[in-house]
Amino acid sequence: MMRPRNDGATECGRREFFGFAAAGLLSVVPSFRRFVPVQDTLPSTGPSGRLWDPARAGRPLDPVVAADNDAAIQAIEKQLHCTCGCNLDVYTCRTTDFTCGVSPEMHRQVIALAERGMTGQQIVDQFVREHGLTILMAPPKRGFNLAGYFTPAIVIVLAAAVLTFVLRRWARAASGVPAAAPAAPTVTAAPEELERLRRELDQLPT
Amino acid sequence: MTLLGTLALWLAFLLGLWGALAGFMGGLATPPRPDLARSARHAVFAMCGALLVAVVSLEWALFQHDFNVEYVAAYTSRNLPIFYTWSALYAGQKGSLLFWATVLSVFGSLALALTSQRHRHLLPHVAGVVSVVAAFFISVMLFGHANPFQRLPYTPLDGSGLNPQLQNPGMVFHPPMLYLGYISITIPFAFALAALLSKRLDADWLVAIRKWTLLSWLFLSIGICLGMWWAYVELGWGGYWAWDPVENASLLPWLTMTAFLHSVMIQEKRGMLKKWNLALIIGSWLLSIFGTFITRSGVISSVHSFTQSSVGYFFLAFLIVAGVSSFALYATRLPLLEAEARLESMVSREASFLFNNLLFIGIAFSVLWGTLFPILSELVQGTKVTVGPPFFNQVNIPLGLALLGLTGIGPLIAWRRASLPNLQRQFAVPVTVGVFTGLVLLVAGIRDFYALMAMALGGFVMGTVVQEFARGTDARHRQYGEGYALALGRLLARNRRRYGGYIVHTGIVILFVAFAGMAFKTETEATLKPGESASIRSPYGWTYRLTHLGISQYDALNRQVTAATLDVTRDGTPLGVLTTEKRQHVDALGRPTFQPSTEVGIRSDLREDLYVVLGGVVNGTEQAVFRFTINPLVWWVWYGGMIVALGGLIVMWPGGSPAVKRAQAGYAVRLVEEK
Repeated sequence: MMRPRNDGATECGRREFFGFAAAGLLSVVPSFRRFVPVQDTLPSTGPSGRLWDPARAGRPLDPVVAADNDAAIQAIEKQLHCTCGCNLDVYTCRTTDFTCGVSPEMHRQVIALAERGMTGQQIVDQFVREHGLTILMAPPKRGFNLAGYFTPAIVIVLAAAVLTFVLRRWARAASGVPAAAPAAPTVTAAPEELERLRRELDQLPT
Repeated sequence: MTLLGTLALWLAFLLGLWGALAGFMGGLATPPRPDLARSARHAVFAMCGALLVAVVSLEWALFQHDFNVEYVAAYTSRNLPIFYTWSALYAGQKGSLLFWATVLSVFGSLALALTSQRHRHLLPHVAGVVSVVAAFFISVMLFGHANPFQRLPYTPLDGSGLNPQLQNPGMVFHPPMLYLGYISITIPFAFALAALLSKRLDADWLVAIRKWTLLSWLFLSIGICLGMWWAYVELGWGGYWAWDPVENASLLPWLTMTAFLHSVMIQEKRGMLKKWNLALIIGSWLLSIFGTFITRSGVISSVHSFTQSSVGYFFLAFLIVAGVSSFALYATRLPLLEAEARLESMVSREASFLFNNLLFIGIAFSVLWGTLFPILSELVQGTKVTVGPPFFNQVNIPLGLALLGLTGIGPLIAWRRASLPNLQRQFAVPVTVGVFTGLVLLVAGIRDFYALMAMALGGFVMGTVVQEFARGTDARHRQYGEGYALALGRLLARNRRRYGGYIVHTGIVILFVAFAGMAFKTETEATLKPGESASIRSPYGWTYRLTHLGISQYDALNRQVTAATLDVTRDGTPLGVLTTEKRQHVDALGRPTFQPSTEVGIRSDLREDLYVVLGGVVNGTEQAVFRFTINPLVWWVWYGGMIVALGGLIVMWPGGSPAVKRAQAGYAVRLVEEK
C-alpha cells in the first residue's frame, strides 16, 4: 500500500515496487510486439508498409485486375454514362473520380455480364433496359434522335445550297453590269470635318 | 464594409437605371440633348466607381475572414492561400455576378472615354446599352437572392474553403479571361445597337468597335485555352476538352466572333454583308448571355456550373427580352442595310469568306443543337438523352476539317474575281505540301482517317501561310532592296492585320494537329507495391517503365498530402521521378473540407505527355493503384494557343500600315462627291 510522505510524495513498499515493475513489463511486451514491422502478406516482391493515415488517401481501392485493362470492357464502358452526375462515361469516371462509388459498381456489373458470355451490344442493351436511354453517352440513331444527328448536317447543306444559289445569281447579275464604283454612303459629316479629314489623310505617308 | 458594399450596389443600380434613361433619351431626342448624353456618360463613370467600391468591400471581407458574410464563409477559409482568397471574388455565383457587372462598367467607361469624337453621335446609346446590361446584373444580385454581402445569423469559426479544383493557377486566370471575353462583347453590341438606333449604319460603327471585337475574341481565345489547360492538369481525366455544356457555351461566342472578324473584312473592303455583320454581333452577345444562363441556371448538368439557383430565370427572361427587342430593332432597319457592291464571281475571296462564315455558324449551330438536344428530346419524346463527346465528335470533326481546309483556301483566292492561271499559281505549292504531308504520314503508318486529314490539311494551310510570307518578303526585298529578315519584319509590321491573321492561322493548324494526336492516346491501369514496375508502350514505339518508389504523407499549408513517387525510364534511359498526389484539404481547425482530390504527375516533351494519376491505395498500405496515360502532342495545344494569342495581339496592336489606315478611313467616310 502506498503511504503519503510528509513532503507530499508517495512512499512505495518493496511489494508494490515489484508489482508495478511486473505490470509495466507485461504492458511493454505487447506494445513492443506492435512495433515489430507487420509481415507483408500480399504477394509481391517488396514490402508494402502501412500508411500513417490511410483515410487521407481517399477511398480504399481494390487491386487492378486484368478485366480493368481489357480493351473490350473499356469500349463498352465508354458508351455508358456514369449516373453519379459527373457527365463522364463509366470508364473515365472510374479512372478519374476516385471518390465516386457509382462507376466502380457499374464497372463490376459490366464485368459480371461479360463473364456471363454477353456481347458488348447485349451488355449495353441490358444497361438501357435498367436505366433508360439516358445511360448512353450518345443517343441511339433511331426515331427522333436521328434529328439530333442529322439536323446540323442538313441545315448546313441547305444553307450551302442557298448560299451557292444566291451567290451565282449575284455573280450573274454582276457580269451583266459593268463594274462600277461602289455607291457612296450618305455623308453626314460637316464640311469642316471633311476638310480636316482630307488634311489628315494627305499628311499620311504613302 | 458589407453595408458599404450593399449601398454601393444600390447606388450602382440606380445610376444604371438613370444612365439607361438619359442615354436613350439623349440619343433619340430631336433636337439632340447633349446635356442628357453627358449625364448618361457620367452615370456610367459613377456606376463604375460604385461597383469598384463594392468589389473592394467584398475583397476586404474576404481578406478579413469575415465569416459572418455568407459568401466569405462559403468560399474561403483561414488557411486558404492569399492568391486564392483574392480569386474567391469570382469563385461563386454571387461574387462572379459582381465581377461581371464591375468589369462591364469598367469596359463601358473605357469605351466612352477612349472612343474617338468622330463616333460621338453613337455614344449616348452606347452608354444606355451598357447601363441597361450592368443594371440587369446588379438587379440579379439585389433581387435574385444573390447579394454577395448577405450576412449569416451566426459566425462560423472557419469557412468551408475553396473547392480544391479551383485551387490551381489555371483557375485564377481562366475564369476572368473568359469573363473578360464574354463581357467585352457587350461593347461591340452596344455600338451595333447604337448604330441601329441612330440609323447611322455606314462603316463608322465598325471602325469604332474594331479593337473591341479583337479584344473580346482574344480574351475568349485565351480563356478557352487556359480552361483546357486547367482541365488537363487538374481534373485528371487525361484530356482537355469534354464537350461539357459550359465548355460549349464558351465556344459558341468564340465561333461567331471569329466568323465576324472574317466577314467584317468584306464590309470594310466592299461595303457588303452589312446585315450579316450586325446579326453576328447581336448573336455573339446573345450567346455570351446564353453561356452565362447555362452556367448559372442548372438547366443542363455540367461539372463547371455554379449551384442551381433562381438566377437562371432572370437570365432566361433577360435573354428573351434582349433577343426579341434587338432583332425587332434590326428588322426595322433592314432597308438601310443594303449592300454597296455586288459579288462579282463565285471564285473570289468574298465567296470563300461567306463559305467560311457558313461553316463557323454551322459548327456553332451544331454545338448549340447538341447542347440543347437533351432538353428538346425530353420535350418531344419524354425521354432525356445524354449527348456526350461521341455525338459532338461525330458531328463536328468533319465540319472542323472543312473549316481547316477553307483556312488555307481563303487567302489564296483574289478579291472580286480570281482567274484560272491565278488559281493555279496560288494553289500549286500549298496543295503539293498538303498531299506530300498526307502521303508521308500514310507511309509512316498513320491510318486514322481524321488524324490523317487533319495533318494533311494542316500541311496545306501551312503551305499557304509560308507562301504568303515568302512572296510578301520577296516583294519587299525586290522593291526596296531590304534584306530578307528586315523585309519579313517590316512586312509584318506594315500589315499587321493580314500577317497577324496568318499567324493566327498557324496557331489554328498547330491546334488541329495537336487535337489529332489524341487519336493515338494510350492508357493502362496498374496496382504497384514499392519496388514494382509497370510498362506502357508509346505510339512512337518506345516503352516507358514506371517503378513505384513509395508513398509519403505530410501536411502542407491547407491540405494533407499523400504523395506517390515513381521512377521513370524510357527504353532503359532514366528520365527522373514523377510525383502524383492525393490531397485532403482541411480548414484551419484541421477539419476535412472536401473529398480528397487528385494531383496529376505529368512529364511532358514536344512529342507526348506521360500522365500519371494516383487512384488510391489498397488496404491502407503503400500498394497503390495508378493510371498511366500517354497523350501525344499535348504541348502543341498550349503552343498553338499561345501562337493564336500572339497573332491576335499583333493584329490588334496599335499602328500599322498608313495605306491600310487610309483604305479603312476611305470607306468610313468616302468623299465621293468631292471628286
